[in-house]
Amino acid sequence: MKYDLAIIDYQMGNLFGLDCALKHVKLKTIITSKKEEIMNSKAIILPGVGSFGKAMKNIKEKKLDKIIKEFHVEKKIIIGICLGMQLMFEKSSEINSNKGLALFKGSVEAINKKNKSLNIGWSENYCKSKKNEIKKLIHNKETYFIHSYAAKPLNNKIILAESTFDNINFCSVVKSNNMIGFQFHPEKSGINGLKILKLLSRKIKNNENIL
Amino acid sequence: MKKKVRIIPKVDVKGINVVKGIHLEGLRALGDPMEFSKYYYNNQADEIIYHDIVASLYERNSLNNLVRNVSKNIFIPFSVGGGLRNLNDIKNVLKSGADRVFVNTAAINNPNIINEIVNNFGASTLIVSIEVNKYQDKYKCYTDFGREENSIKLFNWINEIEKRGAREILISSIDRDGTRSGFDVDLAKKITEISDLSFIIGGGFGEIRHIHELLDQSNPSGIYISSALHYNTIDKISKNITNTKGNFEFIKKNKIDKFKKITIKDIKKSIF
Repeated sequence: MKYDLAIIDYQMGNLFGLDCALKHVKLKTIITSKKEEIMNSKAIILPGVGSFGKAMKNIKEKKLDKIIKEFHVEKKIIIGICLGMQLMFEKSSEINSNKGLALFKGSVEAINKKNKSLNIGWSENYCKSKKNEIKKLIHNKETYFIHSYAAKPLNNKIILAESTFDNINFCSVVKSNNMIGFQFHPEKSGINGLKILKLLSRKIKNNENIL
Repeated sequence: MKKKVRIIPKVDVKGINVVKGIHLEGLRALGDPMEFSKYYYNNQADEIIYHDIVASLYERNSLNNLVRNVSKNIFIPFSVGGGLRNLNDIKNVLKSGADRVFVNTAAINNPNIINEIVNNFGASTLIVSIEVNKYQDKYKCYTDFGREENSIKLFNWINEIEKRGAREILISSIDRDGTRSGFDVDLAKKITEISDLSFIIGGGFGEIRHIHELLDQSNPSGIYISSALHYNTIDKISKNITNTKGNFEFIKKNKIDKFKKITIKDIKKSIF
């Protein structure tokens, strides 16, 4: 493989900032929407800030949906961050109902349906158990969130961590089939986030599975 | 007291220096923005705001260099504003690594830019900045870093910003700026009552009880602080002032010693 990690470029979000954090944890990255480069990477990351509908439109225009699914068939690591994580679900009720990439079963809904308020700032994450390495880095740790919508997985078993906003619990990390999605921004969560990225970096470089 | 609020150092930048004045005037140069940024990153800042207060075309390049440098070294969110006039300016700053941008003058001159930024970059990428001066119990909005008074009505403007799709505003109290006399609690209370917008407020922080007074009566999403943190930070970072641009007399004469030293850690300990 030519690259450790391809940052999928669908023209949304702070790709430069994300790339800086990934380079900081020693990953050989490329920001791209080209199939050869994506398929030539050990792992991919779906970044994203903005609206679900617009993101899916950009993804389809560049035929990235098919490429990502092809990548998934090879059981290689896929990481989603914030909107990128939400896109991995089947659908979102944001603005008009939109279909997602359906890598995870479930939907994306407003955290607080009454006022659609923005959850912005640092919040703690909670894991039900802390058995593995990654949970240890997430449990009881504060990370940076900026979102109004959150994923509702069909199967609770894929929820790795939860957080709360306005006294409502929401899913902050999901994991299944060598894919992991973060509702928070590990690349903007200071030392707590960098530790998570370092672990992912090690796993990618050593060709290990996520769990 | 336990409230969720971000503590945000605000770094006003002029050319290559951090600057700070009183009522946005009489600016003193305090040092290298990267040194300040690294210190705040390592000392519990939730976020950093960078305000390019001159924003001429020449200075813009030094701001983009700073933004890129911050992206490479500091892994917490940061917002950039000051003199962003159009979507292209915003695109460039975001490309250099800013997580969010704030606009004031551009939004007042052309409110449609709020909708355009929301549609192009997402609502969470935008902060609408409002510079407010309270004079004889009336609030006036200003543009151009407090240089120009505008006839727009503050509370109507806040409602319009919300209708146009923004989610967060940044309130700077000019009459409190640099005075260490406390936040404009009445204003924060009023905004909490009339609007669902998240708001960051700053201007006037001098001691920890000011934050308690503010949080007792209002629900800001963030509090920004400049001088009170900067003057403490100067002690901790390199004082080697190598460049001669800017008014460094203030630091050289050690005038900052008379200010009370406060850290983000102290503030967080008292509110969480």
